[in-house]
Amino acid sequence: MKKYIDSGKKDTRSGFGEGLLRAGKADERVVALTADLKGSLKMDAFAAEFPERFIQCGIAEANMVGAAAGLAIAGKIPFIGSFAEFVTGRVYDQLRQEVAYGNTNVKIASSHAGITLGEDGATHQTMEDIALMRALPGMVVINPCDYNQTMQATIAAAKYQGPVYLRFGRPSVPNFTDPEEPFEIGKAYVMNEGKDATVFCCGHLVWEALQAAEILEAEGISLEVVNVATIKPLDEDAIIASIKKTGKAIVAEEHNMAGGLGEAIAGVLAQKYPAKLEFMNGGDRFGQTGTPAELMALYGLDAAHIADKVRAVLK
Amino acid sequence: MDKENLQKIASQVRRDLIRMVTSAKSGHPGGSMSTTDILTALYFEVMDHNPATWTRDGKGQDQFILSAGHLAPVYYSILARAGYFPVSELGTLRKMGSRLQGHPSIRRGLPGITQCSGSLGQGVSVAAGLALAKKLDGDKHFVYVLCGDGESEEGQIWEGAEFATHHSLGNLIGMTDWNGQQIDGPVESVSGGGDLQLKWQAFGWNTVTADGHDMEAIVTAFQKAKEMGKKTNRPTMILFKTDMGHGVDFMAGTHKWHGKAPSAEQCEAALAQLEETLGDY
Repeated sequence: MKKYIDSGKKDTRSGFGEGLLRAGKADERVVALTADLKGSLKMDAFAAEFPERFIQCGIAEANMVGAAAGLAIAGKIPFIGSFAEFVTGRVYDQLRQEVAYGNTNVKIASSHAGITLGEDGATHQTMEDIALMRALPGMVVINPCDYNQTMQATIAAAKYQGPVYLRFGRPSVPNFTDPEEPFEIGKAYVMNEGKDATVFCCGHLVWEALQAAEILEAEGISLEVVNVATIKPLDEDAIIASIKKTGKAIVAEEHNMAGGLGEAIAGVLAQKYPAKLEFMNGGDRFGQTGTPAELMALYGLDAAHIADKVRAVLK
Repeated sequence: MDKENLQKIASQVRRDLIRMVTSAKSGHPGGSMSTTDILTALYFEVMDHNPATWTRDGKGQDQFILSAGHLAPVYYSILARAGYFPVSELGTLRKMGSRLQGHPSIRRGLPGITQCSGSLGQGVSVAAGLALAKKLDGDKHFVYVLCGDGESEEGQIWEGAEFATHHSLGNLIGMTDWNGQQIDGPVESVSGGGDLQLKWQAFGWNTVTADGHDMEAIVTAFQKAKEMGKKTNRPTMILFKTDMGHGVDFMAGTHKWHGKAPSAEQCEAALAQLEETLGDY
């Protein structure tokens, strides 16, 4: 199988920070807004380089969304950054009216998504955000897998005309994709070609699935790993092609069942290529306090659990 | 200013919106009538705008955001009478396929609409974003936003108020339709505690108060607001004292016409009190 090397653990939010800086250098219309989370969203470098284009909004997310819409209408390319829960659920109606319905060119930078936020607990760990954002007509939903891909996805989001939801996380995780590979919105990346089963995944689960593939390779099992980094619009052709090849598939994500990647893929397959799917996700639960690794194990979202699930599917 | 001409336009706009809402059998005439004079003055005397060259990004022109989106009837009539689209289209309000959606939408290609509104309390934020963009771009034009007094119960209004002060948006001018009424009754009986003018002042805004049905007072208030904004680099709120349903005796001063269409007979009775000055659509 294709070997992926971890070039050193990095947080995906820092990939966003680097991507924002590069996008800002490439296009002076790019502006960044945050609700008192400049450091957490890694906007410091952008703010230092472009002080006039960094807009501090204070702890007032609803206003941040509206102000970003105004800036976008006037021709700017605003990125609004906060924790995933506070830039989705807290401001859902604002995103709906000002960004989605208003069709404004706003990029939602959503950090600390999922249970890997860790110790802060369930108030901050949204496992519902993908569902909320998928439901908004016209919203592009992206959940890249590591630092490099988050950086490239940020650059791609800045170039794309229209609302984008860009989801990433808090902890340092392996960084293993090509830093120079441009991100293609709407493309599912086949990370590893296999023939016995497919794991469709996104975000932090991509590395875990690749680790599972290595474990299983030693057992003679060939696992295909598809990084569905864009959850909406979905790369239907790539998904159907993979399941046609392997015949068995699992969807793994750091999100609850309702409205996540699993249901998105199930919706496509039900219409176009009916096939049985297994799901690995948060179920119908809230998160809790713990370290990211402890929680991913507890919720069954690590490499060992993925390998177990594949073995079970192949039995 | 030509006070008589503005009054003529306002009379026609009130006729328009009553006929529109009657034809649609739903809509919001009350607040539309309390803001008719303000918006007439704004579009026909105060704002630097040009329907022929208008674009959504508002570059090189003054901009207007209707935060209280349910005032769509008066907004549409004003835009049509100002030349943004044919007045003949006014009769399509709230009908299937119309560009005149129940609440303002940018989705239908209706010229003059800068942003969608309807869910309340969001317009100050949008207008602040527009005003900040103008500041960043060195565009000296103003951004205007209209809110209701009932709408000001929304918390986001005050988030926007604080933001605009913090970012020194002297080019942002707010208008409150201070008619004292909302759907469920008089504002004071529903929620609105405290002094609205003091609230805006506490958030760092300049404030001006004016009679929202006196054309001279309205235009003077706008001139004052622009001067204050330029001088202080702070946003300015004009609190216009108005009557819901103003212009028709049986509709005035009550919340009962907030969101109710007149019957055909009531429409005729209302029109009898409003001179047709520019020709009905």
